[in-house]
Amino acid sequence: MSPKTLYDKIWDAHLAHEAEDGTCLLYIDRHLVHEVTSPQAFEGLRMTGRKVRAPEKTIAVPDHNVPTTLDRANAATMTEDSRIQVEALDKNAKDFGIHYYPVSDVRQGIVHIVGPEQGWTLPGMTVVCGDSHTATHGAFGALAHGIGTSEVEHVLATQTLIQRKGKNMKVEITGSLRPGVTAKDITLSVIGATGTAGGTGYVIEYFGQAIRELSMEGRMTVCNMAIEGGARAGLIAPDEKTYAYCMGRPHAPKGAQWEAARAWWETLYSDADAHWDKVVTIRAEDIAPVVTWGTSPEDVLPITGSVPSPQDFTGGKVEAAQRSLDYMGLSAGQKLTDIQIDTVFIGSCTTGRIEDLRAAAAILKGKKIKDGMRAMVVPGSGLVRAQAEEEGLAQIFIDAGFEWRLAGCSMCLAMNPDQLSPGERCAATSNRNFEGRQGRGGRTHLLSPAMAAAAAITGHLTDVREMM
Amino acid sequence: MDKFTKITGIAAPMPLVNIDTDMIIPKQFLKTIKRSGLGVNLFDEMRYNSDGSERADFVLNQPAYRESQIIVAGDNFGCGSSREHAPWALLDFGIRAVISTSFADIFYNNCFKNGILPIVLPKEAVEVLMDDARKGANARMTIDLESQTVTSSDGQVFAFEVDGFKKHCLLNGLDDIGLTMEKAASIDSFEKRLSAERPWV
Ligand code: SF4
Repeated sequence: MSPKTLYDKIWDAHLAHEAEDGTCLLYIDRHLVHEVTSPQAFEGLRMTGRKVRAPEKTIAVPDHNVPTTLDRANAATMTEDSRIQVEALDKNAKDFGIHYYPVSDVRQGIVHIVGPEQGWTLPGMTVVCGDSHTATHGAFGALAHGIGTSEVEHVLATQTLIQRKGKNMKVEITGSLRPGVTAKDITLSVIGATGTAGGTGYVIEYFGQAIRELSMEGRMTVCNMAIEGGARAGLIAPDEKTYAYCMGRPHAPKGAQWEAARAWWETLYSDADAHWDKVVTIRAEDIAPVVTWGTSPEDVLPITGSVPSPQDFTGGKVEAAQRSLDYMGLSAGQKLTDIQIDTVFIGSCTTGRIEDLRAAAAILKGKKIKDGMRAMVVPGSGLVRAQAEEEGLAQIFIDAGFEWRLAGCSMCLAMNPDQLSPGERCAATSNRNFEGRQGRGGRTHLLSPAMAAAAAITGHLTDVREMM
Repeated sequence: MDKFTKITGIAAPMPLVNIDTDMIIPKQFLKTIKRSGLGVNLFDEMRYNSDGSERADFVLNQPAYRESQIIVAGDNFGCGSSREHAPWALLDFGIRAVISTSFADIFYNNCFKNGILPIVLPKEAVEVLMDDARKGANARMTIDLESQTVTSSDGQVFAFEVDGFKKHCLLNGLDDIGLTMEKAASIDSFEKRLSAERPWV
């Protein structure tokens, strides 16, 4: 047999039909659903009299719109249209008989955090969700695609996705990370190196010692942002850490089935002589804590750097960089550490897991945030929140002056009331710094949770290594 | 879904690179549970001032481009989120085709599901068409899906590639759920195999 990549193996194991022209029907093992991209899909099913083909493989949770303030049980905290979307999901989940974690359930949270946490996401699966950050689940060695609403409807009705096979890309991070450098810095550095379109048409598999040394939480952070590099999906082959994370989760297999599953999972790796269409190698030692200066996730620099000049770029990027600088209110040559911050946001499906909160709390312990700073922590799920309270992390955040919120997407995309005002500058651990992403006119600098904590203390972008 | 066969129309030049889905349709407009009515909010933050008045410098607000059916865009158009609201908003405004050197994957797919044709052309071709688009309302481009060509207002012809299946669906306005359901037997037998081989799924 010819050598295969991990992507090839998962693909082959899910091929339900292949047409002569190469158009494939890929069987979908898990379909995750949230309130924003699904209402029109369910409406489509109703209009055509179709059913959900595999409701037992379909999981829904409201996350994008939900308020994260402690009084959210009070319906008045939601705007009318947000409430309608959440209610539509309540009703659709009930009518179509799919698994559901309502806002009132402690297990509610960001869909990409809930899936793995509940054991829905397992190695070798195909996972889809009407959300581009579905790539997160690739950390388990699952082939995970973000899809649009028409595709959501297609998967609901047929449990398959129409696909053509993508190309294989290998990203290797050799060696070990230096202190103060985290998974978030890896993933931002990869995008900085490849550009936001560098992965277009590819499925990325991450390799190397630095990846192996990451926890599952860190691996999820890396895969989460594969989409920001344009890739269709990101993958990390499963290993002992993966199995340890999955074992005992509510929807993970048990007993003999666990053994059978594990035996299969152990075959899920790229063969040594597999073909790669593109290879990128980065030395972990060369990765510094990074921040973004512009309005594209590829606008990444080490915290020790300075704001670039549009003239440093070529082609259409010259205009884009100028536009970014104007939008961000920055000028070329300014030191990144001189940039003053108004707000700090720690959360999102990129970095809203327990380890992220631990990393931020380690920096904040016994310290206070800068006077006048607005800072909030939004745990990725109700269970992450509960664990952080148990570990004493919540108290560290509260003592430092952070708001300690309930779970949801929150200021990652600001569809709920958590928004920036025009000109407000935010150090955010989320994944997108697009214009207006966190509120109209809001300015976003992406960074790791530890770096966000450091900025909260000093009031400006800060090299966290100086605080360790 | 509307068929796409051949259109002749005004093309708006948008040379900016990395036009993302948050720019195409900002999130405050994702709270709808319908597909229609998003056209007025297409490119909302670039198109309107904070008081709701139009920004004269934005291309689609200029008299020559208000009826645009085509956008010629910089690299990597449609990057960012999976929101299908982006093609819904384009379509609702009247855009039927976008030409660029590259598109983000999910957006590219979403276009085909909504009767919009995304066209990938090499940089030199996009530059010629961008200049053509800059000529305004008198310059009408023709896009012919059957022959897979874009013809500029002065008659230069550029051929483009498109997946055969996607082309077929777009030319005929086919709903791909219906097409997949015709393959139910294959899905049934896959599920049988799956429950024998990987019962934990
Ligand atoms: S946290 Fe942000 S990126 Fe993640 S699912 Fe929510 S909105 Fe999308």
